[in-house]
Amino acid sequence: MDILYKILIDPFVQMGAAPDLLVQTVWEGLVSGVLYALIALGFVLIFKASGVFNFAQGIMVVFAGLTLVGLHEMGLPAPIALLVTLGVMFFIAVAVERVVLRPLVNQPDIILFMATFGITYLLIGFGELIFGGNPKRMITEELYLPSGAIEWKAFGGFVQFQKIDVAAAVIAALMIAVLAFFFQKTRIGRALRAVADSHKAALSVGISLNQIWVIVWFTAGIVALVTGIMWGARSDVSFALQVIALKALPVLILGGFTSVPGAIVGGLIIGIGEKIGEFYWGPLVGGGIESWLAYFIALGFLLFRPQGLFGEKIIERI
Amino acid sequence: MSAVQHAETAAASAADLILSVNNIEVIYDHVILVLKGVSLEVPRGGIVAILGANGAGKTTTLKAISNLLRAERGEVTKGSIAFEGERVDRMSPSDLVRRGCIQVMEGRHCFGHLTIEENLLTGAFTRKDGNAAIKRDLEMIYDYFPRLRQRKGSMAGYTSGGEQQMCAIGRAMMSKPRMILLDEPSMGLAPQVVEEIYEIVRSLNEKEGVSFLLAEQNTNIALRYATYGYILETGRVVMDGEAKALRENEDVKEFYLGVAGGDRKNFKDVKSYKRRKRWLA
Repeated sequence: MDILYKILIDPFVQMGAAPDLLVQTVWEGLVSGVLYALIALGFVLIFKASGVFNFAQGIMVVFAGLTLVGLHEMGLPAPIALLVTLGVMFFIAVAVERVVLRPLVNQPDIILFMATFGITYLLIGFGELIFGGNPKRMITEELYLPSGAIEWKAFGGFVQFQKIDVAAAVIAALMIAVLAFFFQKTRIGRALRAVADSHKAALSVGISLNQIWVIVWFTAGIVALVTGIMWGARSDVSFALQVIALKALPVLILGGFTSVPGAIVGGLIIGIGEKIGEFYWGPLVGGGIESWLAYFIALGFLLFRPQGLFGEKIIERI
Repeated sequence: MSAVQHAETAAASAADLILSVNNIEVIYDHVILVLKGVSLEVPRGGIVAILGANGAGKTTTLKAISNLLRAERGEVTKGSIAFEGERVDRMSPSDLVRRGCIQVMEGRHCFGHLTIEENLLTGAFTRKDGNAAIKRDLEMIYDYFPRLRQRKGSMAGYTSGGEQQMCAIGRAMMSKPRMILLDEPSMGLAPQVVEEIYEIVRSLNEKEGVSFLLAEQNTNIALRYATYGYILETGRVVMDGEAKALRENEDVKEFYLGVAGGDRKNFKDVKSYKRRKRWLA
């Protein structure tokens, strides 16, 4: 009985006793959730348009961050370094389309998947060659991102918001809004959705897949850059960051591989779930559940709802 | 003769032909020979039908023209295809759509998760003449297909087969084509709906001046709307002629129109059409 009490009742008693701590935990979870969501978003974009599970998304985040910081270290002013980095991401998109996707079109998915492994190691190699392997500090102030913290007195205590986290949440929300508008209302966005729906039909109406692939990889590159800046600002820019790509997997399983809203909601659920689980239930097993809880949730989803929360509505005519 | 003059005479001789397919051979996956020398012509403003049973090569012929073949690892290995006098057999599908030749694939292939209106708008992807012109053409499509106007906000995946076929044709029309390659428009549709769709095809042909090359198993209806027909069997044209003549031909009647009976099932069983057997074409 005692263990049941500790699992089912005690955590909620604690939450009620110190609401400020609960809010703080939820906020921490929300912020990492936003970043998971951004990485998952990069995956979803590419998966929808080219049917490729892009293993390189994680390293693209690191590479974008490194390029930005590296260029700044070489003496470029931050805003210019940002523009040049965007250019580099565009170049990567074009190169990937030319060298990888175009020759491998119509090959089985697993071959394209393996090719993204190749891209991953290529980017790691180039990154280390050009910018060195040491962790770098993100150029937060130079990019006019705020630092410091806001304290909010409430719930008989106080909750602390890091300004950079607030900025990350706002920028992520803005970017998602812009992407949603782009997908729903523009000619290219419509074509992207058409390609995601049926490659063959898109070809038949004269949509050029090659062009769409470049656009999608570039968009994923921009998302990676934003993620890299935000994540880098919280820790450092280092190659260790690329493992967060693996954190995106449970997010994708939860949200569905083909759903942009799914990536966002999935990211938030995983982010918040992890922090709450760690804080309130973690002590029961000696802590450290943050690192595997996400995969545990994903496993449950695979068993009971394999298309994810927002997986593509499977339209079948009756 | 100078190059310019040469081009001019070529253009003049091709003026009445919008499409000419010259003895093409198609191989899938480097080994499977599907078309063994197919030639056909479509006059400007005509409706031409390719007829034949399953596996005769109708769809492959259309895909060879629209160049969707390459996405299925097929390749035109011999012969040539000219659209409005220009060689197009090495062109990408999107280049061809831009030049005014578009395919409506067998089985409709609408974008199921896009609305009917969005589907129609994707057809205008290659156009550069501005939103006003596209809006105007959208209205025109809705006038031809009043049913699509009613369903314009619904997801295409939820509409009926007939509506999807109309959507696919309307989507193709949005690219302002001069020629539509229409694959099996009657597939899986009720006879009244098939009739409705062919009526619209005819009026698009008459009022908008679009030429049609259609592949059809429903020989009966195809020969009523087409002006000329080609009959394909195992990758070869075994017979061609004016639609009227084909309709009245005894063999066509027996094999494809279900009139009279006998043991003969196709042209292979007919002595007069017996072909030379070749190991390598």
